[in-house]
Amino acid sequence: MEKILAQARKVAEEADVFLVSAEETPVQFEANRLKHIQSKQSTNVALRIIKDGRLGYATSTDVADAQSLVENAVETARFGTRAKFELPSATPYPKVDTFDPDVESVSVEKMAQLGEELIALITGHTPEIICEALVEKETVALRLINSRGGQASYKKSIFTIGVVGSLIRGTDMLFVGEGQSSGHPLTEVGEIAKVVLRQLDLAKNQASVPTRQLPVIFTPEGVASALISPLMTAFNGKTVLEGASPVGKKLGKQVFDSKLSLWDDPTIAYRPYSRPCDDEGVPSRRTPLIEKGVVANFLYDLQTAALAKTKSTGSASRGGGLPLPSPSTLVIAPGKASFDDMVSDIKEGLVIEQLMGAEQGNILGGDFSGNVLLGYKVESGKIVGRVKNTMVSGNVYQLLKEISAIGSQPKWVSGVINTPPLYCPRLSVASK
Amino acid sequence: MTDIRAVSRQLADALKGHRADYIEARLEESQRSHITYRGKELESAGQSTAVGGNVRALVKGGWGFVSFNDLTDLPDRIERAVKQSKLVGKEESRLAPVETVVDTIANGKDVPLTIPLAEKKKLLDEYNEIIWRTPHLQTSVIAYGDSHKKTIFLNSAGSYIEQPRTDITLRISAVAADDGEVQQAGLSLGSRGDFGAIRNLHQQVEETAKHAVALLSAPRLKGGDYTVVLDPVLAGVFVHEAFGHLSEADHIYQNERLREIMVLGKKFGGKELNIIDSAAVPDLRGSYKYDDEGVAATKTYLIKEGKLVGRLHSRETAARMGEKPTGNARAINYRFPPIVRMTNTYIEPGKGSFEELIAGIKEGVYAKNWFGGTTSMEMFTFSAGEAYMIRNGKLAEMLRPVVLTGNVFTTLNNIDAIGNDLDMNQGGGCGKGGQMPLPVSNGSPHIRIRQCLVGGS
Repeated sequence: MEKILAQARKVAEEADVFLVSAEETPVQFEANRLKHIQSKQSTNVALRIIKDGRLGYATSTDVADAQSLVENAVETARFGTRAKFELPSATPYPKVDTFDPDVESVSVEKMAQLGEELIALITGHTPEIICEALVEKETVALRLINSRGGQASYKKSIFTIGVVGSLIRGTDMLFVGEGQSSGHPLTEVGEIAKVVLRQLDLAKNQASVPTRQLPVIFTPEGVASALISPLMTAFNGKTVLEGASPVGKKLGKQVFDSKLSLWDDPTIAYRPYSRPCDDEGVPSRRTPLIEKGVVANFLYDLQTAALAKTKSTGSASRGGGLPLPSPSTLVIAPGKASFDDMVSDIKEGLVIEQLMGAEQGNILGGDFSGNVLLGYKVESGKIVGRVKNTMVSGNVYQLLKEISAIGSQPKWVSGVINTPPLYCPRLSVASK
Repeated sequence: MTDIRAVSRQLADALKGHRADYIEARLEESQRSHITYRGKELESAGQSTAVGGNVRALVKGGWGFVSFNDLTDLPDRIERAVKQSKLVGKEESRLAPVETVVDTIANGKDVPLTIPLAEKKKLLDEYNEIIWRTPHLQTSVIAYGDSHKKTIFLNSAGSYIEQPRTDITLRISAVAADDGEVQQAGLSLGSRGDFGAIRNLHQQVEETAKHAVALLSAPRLKGGDYTVVLDPVLAGVFVHEAFGHLSEADHIYQNERLREIMVLGKKFGGKELNIIDSAAVPDLRGSYKYDDEGVAATKTYLIKEGKLVGRLHSRETAARMGEKPTGNARAINYRFPPIVRMTNTYIEPGKGSFEELIAGIKEGVYAKNWFGGTTSMEMFTFSAGEAYMIRNGKLAEMLRPVVLTGNVFTTLNNIDAIGNDLDMNQGGGCGKGGQMPLPVSNGSPHIRIRQCLVGGS
C-alpha cells in the first residue's frame, strides 16, 4: 500500500489508498438440507488521486501491481471531476467495537448444526414447508492511508443466520422468513424460528381486503421494505445538492409527524456497518436525520459536502467506485404503543410485513408501490388471516405526515435497521 | 497482470489426484471502466482490473466451493473445496452427462477497451448536453460501464474452455421537478461488446428528458383491474419476471409440490403463446457458446402453444429431474458458483399489429418501458416507465408511471393477443442468489393482457 501511495505521489498532488481483504464462509441449505459450503477469500485495493485538481480512480485485486493501478488512475484523472475537498490528516477516531475474534473460530460443523436446528424447529411446526437457510461468518480487514498522513485500519466480524421458507398448496405459495446479523457469533436459533412460526400461524387462513384506503401497520420488516429506500434517497446529500430531494429545502422544518425520529449511527457496536471512521477516514458519529418530525441533517461524504458548502458527516461508503454518501446503521426511535394495541385499534385494515417491488416506482418523489408478499388482514381489532393479490401504493411524505402510533418494541431488520412498527391511518390498497 | 493460462496448467495438474466425484475450476481476468454523470458534471470515471478464480467440488451430492484473488497455494484451495464437499455430501452425486470440450474462443471484433476513455466520454457529453437543453429539468444521471473478461474453465473430466465476454451498459435517467413534485424518465441499453449500439441515441435521449418533464403534469391512474397492452420492452420484463424465474429448475427439482405445479404438458396460456430462452442466439447480452459448467448453449422452448414443454437446467438439476441439460448454469463472476439462470428470454411474435391490439379496448392502459421487476414465483410485480390511457381503441392521455402486479398462473392465461413486432431489450440485468446484475436480454412483441391489476392512487 505504501508503495502504491509513494508512486501515486510522484505524479499526483494528493492520493488515498483503500484496501479491503475479506474471508467469507457461507454454509447453505437447500430444500431443508445442507447443500453447499463455500469459502471466499478476496482482496481489493482502490487508488484515488487528485491530479491537476481532478479526481482519478482505479482498483485492482492485485496489491503488488502498483504501476498499472497508478496508470489507470492517471488516465481517468485527465477528465475526472474537480476535487473540491481536502483529504483528512491524521485524526483520532472514536472507539467502536467491530471485531469479535470468536466469529472466525466458529467451525463449519457448528454452523451446519445451527442451520439444521433452525430448519428442524420450522419443519417441526409445519412439516410440508421447504426452507432455504444460510449461516455465514465473515471477517473483513480495512486499511486506508492518504498523502496528508491520514490513516485508519480496523477489523470487522459479521455472523449471519437467515431462513426463507416456502409453503405451496395447489398453486398458492406462501413465503415466510427471518434473518439476523451480529458482530458476535450467533449461538442459538430459537428467536429466529419463533418469528417464522408466528408468521406461519398468522398466515394460516386467507382473508380478503377491499380496494380502498385502509389503516395500515408496517411491521419492522414492512418499514424496511417499503419506506426506508425513498427516505434514504431523499436524505442523501447528493440528491439534496442536485435539488432533487423533496426534503432538500426543508432543513429545520416540520415535514413528518412529530412522533417520528430517525438517525444514522455507525458507532453502534457490532453491527454489519459499525465503523470508527468512514471509507475516507472521516471519524464516525451519530447523525440525526429526522428529529421529532423535523428535517435535521443530510448525509455527506467529503466531495459532496464541499460542493454543498458543509462538512462531511462521515458517511462515505465505497461500493466499487468513488466514495458516495450512504447510511450505515439506521435507527427509528420507539414510541409507546404495543403491537397488540395498534391492531386492536383497527376496525378494518392491513398489517404489512413484506412488500415486493416497492423500490420500482418513483422513489425520488417518495412514491412507493408494491405487492404485499406477506401481510395480514385486520378485522375488528384482530388479525384474521393472510392477504393475497393485494397491492398498496402511497407516498412516504404523505404517509409519514400523520402517524397514528409508533410501536414500543423495536427490532433489528437484517442487522442494519433498528425500527419499531409504524401505524398509519390510511394507505391506498388495491385487491382482487 | 498474472497470466491465467499458466495458472490453469498448474490447476489442471492439481485437479488430477483428488478423490471427489467431480471437480471444476474457473479462472478469470477482467478489465472494466465506468463513467458516470450526475447533473451537468461528470461524477466519476474509473478503471479496474481483477484476477481471481475458484474451485468447486462435488462429493456424494454435496458441494464445496472456494474462491480467491490470491493465486498461490492452489493445491490447498482444492483440498479445502473437497473437504467441504465431503462434510456436506450424504447421498449420491448426480450430474447429467455432457461432452468433454476443449475449445478456445477468440475475442469478438468490438472490444470496447480499444476505444479510448476520452472518446467514450465525448459521446456521453453529447447526450448530457441534450438532456440539459430541456427546460424544467432538475437533474440527470448517466451511467456508462463496460467490461471485458476472459474465463478459463477446467474440469476433472478433461474439459478446457477459454471464453471471452464483453458487456456494455448505458443507463440514462432524467429527473424533472416543479413545485415539490419530482418525476423521472429513463433509458436503458446494452450490448455484448458492440459500442455502436449506444451511439446515435441523440433523439431517444431528448425524448426521455422531455418525457420526465411531461410527467409532472400527468394524472395518476386509479388503481384496479384493467386491460393492459405492454410494449416489447415491458412485455420482455414481464416474461422474464412472471415466467422465466419459475422455469429455473433449481427452484423446482427438490420441491415436490412445485414439481406438480410445473409438470410438463400443463397449460399456461393460449395456443398462440410461445416462450423461449436461448443463449445460442448470437450477439445478445445473454449469449454465449458454453455456460459456466462447460455445457454448450441451447435454444429451449419453455412454453409451446400455451403448454409447458421445458425448463432451464444445470447439470445437477437436469440429472435429478431426468431431463436434458440446457446449458443455463451461470455465475456472475469467479466469486460465485454457477446457478440456473436465464439468458435471452422472449415471447415469439404472433400476428397482430399494435393498432389491432388496442382497437377493441374501451378503457385500458398502454404501459411502456421499464423501471424494474421482481418475482416471488407465484406473484410478480413490474413497473412501467411510461403509461397512457387507452380510450375507445385509441391512445389517450399520458399517466404517471404505473406498477403492474399479478399471479403468473392467471396472468399468462389472460394474454389474449400477441403482436407481430418482436424486439429484444438489452438494457436489463438479472439478480438471483446475491448474483447481480447478470447480463441478460429479454423481449417480446406487443401483448395484450385482460384483467391485470395496476397500482395507482
